Amino acid sequence: MIRHLLSAADLDHTQALRVLDTAAELLALADRPIKKLPTLRGRTVVNLFFEDSTRTRISFEAAAKRLSADVITFSAKGSSVSKGESLKDTALTLQALGADAVIVRHQSSGAPHRLASSGWVDGSVVNAGDGTHEHPTQALLDAFTLRRHLAGGAGDLDGRRVTIVGDVLHSRVARSNALLLSTLGAEVTLVAPPTLLPVGVEAWPVATSYDLDGSLAKTDAVMMLRVQRERGAAGGFFPSEREYSRRYGIDARRMQLLPDHAIVMHPGPMNRGVEISAEVADHQRSVIVEQVANGVAVRMAVLYLLLSGSEGSTEA
Amino acid sequence: MTIPSEPTPTLVRGVRPLGGTPTDLLLVGGSIAATGAQAVADAPPGARHVDAAGWVALPGLVDLHTHLREPGREDAETVESGTRAAALGGFTAVHAMANTDPVADTAGVVEQVWRLGREAGWCDVHPVGAVTVGIAGQRLAELGAMADSAARVRVFSDDGHCVSDAVLMRRALEYVKAFDGVVAQHAQEPRLTEGAQMNEGQLSGRLGLAGWPAVAEEAIVARDVLLAAHVGSRLHVCHVSTAGSVEILRWAKSKGWAVTAEVTPHHLLLTDELATSYDPAFKVNPPLRTAEDVVALRAALADGTIDAVATDHAPHPVEDKECEWAAAAMGMLGLETALSVVQHAMVDTGLLDWAGVADRMSTRPAAIGRVSGHGRPLVAGEPANLVLLDTAAGRTVRAAELASLSRNTPYEGRELPGRVVATFLRGRATVLDGSLAGAEPAGLLR
Repeated sequence: MIRHLLSAADLDHTQALRVLDTAAELLALADRPIKKLPTLRGRTVVNLFFEDSTRTRISFEAAAKRLSADVITFSAKGSSVSKGESLKDTALTLQALGADAVIVRHQSSGAPHRLASSGWVDGSVVNAGDGTHEHPTQALLDAFTLRRHLAGGAGDLDGRRVTIVGDVLHSRVARSNALLLSTLGAEVTLVAPPTLLPVGVEAWPVATSYDLDGSLAKTDAVMMLRVQRERGAAGGFFPSEREYSRRYGIDARRMQLLPDHAIVMHPGPMNRGVEISAEVADHQRSVIVEQVANGVAVRMAVLYLLLSGSEGSTEA
Repeated sequence: MTIPSEPTPTLVRGVRPLGGTPTDLLLVGGSIAATGAQAVADAPPGARHVDAAGWVALPGLVDLHTHLREPGREDAETVESGTRAAALGGFTAVHAMANTDPVADTAGVVEQVWRLGREAGWCDVHPVGAVTVGIAGQRLAELGAMADSAARVRVFSDDGHCVSDAVLMRRALEYVKAFDGVVAQHAQEPRLTEGAQMNEGQLSGRLGLAGWPAVAEEAIVARDVLLAAHVGSRLHVCHVSTAGSVEILRWAKSKGWAVTAEVTPHHLLLTDELATSYDPAFKVNPPLRTAEDVVALRAALADGTIDAVATDHAPHPVEDKECEWAAAAMGMLGLETALSVVQHAMVDTGLLDWAGVADRMSTRPAAIGRVSGHGRPLVAGEPANLVLLDTAAGRTVRAAELASLSRNTPYEGRELPGRVVATFLRGRATVLDGSLAGAEPAGLLR
């Protein structure tokens, strides 16, 4: 297994399946009265969050605790940018605490890479979302959810059609999903206004479209991305929230365009009424709450595979 | 002030001027006294003999774009440390950029920098004056006062910031005509580059780093060559980084307009691929571009569309680079590696011969900056400003071994060809055997 998980591209087909298969086994645990496994007893997992993210932090905390790891949560919001303690000094502090794994969320793209490659920490680094770069465990939990609904809970996503809609330009979720879902054989289409597709997207292993209605009939799952309100009128990426919602939001009418088996996903937190209507968010084919539950299992799998392989392993 | 002594007469034996036929050069009293057999015949007793067989002699290099950081950021570089680095890199004159603290926007500040350079004595320091007060882009600085000062400023630049206001740029171009000045533009359309972190392209999209599109440079270059033509003034474009800018410059030159341009060594060698490491050693403004841009820049330097190599030597303290990419400072060291990078990118590839290197790194930058006594032919009667280069030697760049106070070289661990063996400033060796030899004290032969 790999030593760090920094990008969804770090996982090849075999490794990605191994994470998903392990997560499936661990999910079964959640139904037992005692949810804890002794696997990581005595290991220290640090949650290093430079940016607020209650759901991701709690999800990782729960995952580490269910594997019996000691969990330290370090909220260092804005520390580097605001010229407080630097990333390096924070990392050296964690190193002194003997962290076996550092789960890092940071507002700057590449910060987890810096931690992993600088020699400041010895432990495994897990990217829990960096700037507008990647969020690989989110992609893994999305893949896990897709597999349960579209592929019988086993194997890969060969030929499954996934449409990702919204602010791809600023979305780490979209980047990681484009990479991982393609690795798993899915056909990914990104739908966004042209201003919210990154330059160079034609080199990604995906199709792109500006037309949501035209894409929906040909999809097995649609994943709505959160649209940051400040990207709108003030940011100049689109004229208004209303127009965005009309052209790229999903509502009851657009649900009708989807095939009957298709599911609706959202990484959360949602802007109800902007990219997704309340009706769709609460629809029976919306799997948004299940995504959260699957997140814990997938993160358990990641921690288990990274840490159980790290002792005596020479693989980098 | 100490009374300067005459430099030790030096006889350079068997050197190849501009890579040509081996000859001897006799340096006496600040000048090249004689060459060839005459040099040997005229060498006074006690002259220092330098066996330069196989080495190349070039006129001392002239840098149009150096950040010496003094006054204000003496933790990153000082005039003393920066000019030591310059001498080791083969430079005999550097232009000190204006974005210091306080900004070099008055006669007082440019005279201070000029005086610090004279006192250090490792190479001539020509201060660049800011175009606008405080580099704020609001109103013209006292360009005339700086031109008339002891520092005799001829190059004006808000480098680090673009003079983005078209009217202000027009007025600056017009105004400097009165004293034969030149406006050196940092071409960067500010609105198109808000928060920009790296070249905008496939990689910026993948890495999630905000893009710095080529068009932001090219739009300003296009506007400014038209403005320079319109008002009949001299424009110099700093650190050209894109193939598109090269095309615009080629067109402007074909019109006969007084437009010149520089390229940095790092833009001749490095590409945006390096950003995949997220190592801020590779974060610079303008950003490293694509391999196609590098090819276009090399071709443009070879055919003269780009006139000069300028280092954009930009020292930063360790803590400003030892952090995440977005928080890091932009810029890289350049003085001590420039000649090696040019040899690697231009000479060893056959794009430029040593006469061409002398032209692009000494003669033309001296002409653009209106610097007298530098960039001259290596013949009797000319000032003895020259560099001796062992082109067959190679080295592994180690930041810890650089003379600069800062360590932010992008070439750490890289093998580069060529080694500056000696540098002479008006006949005095500032560098001998690849090490600092001695400074030329203030006041000699200005």
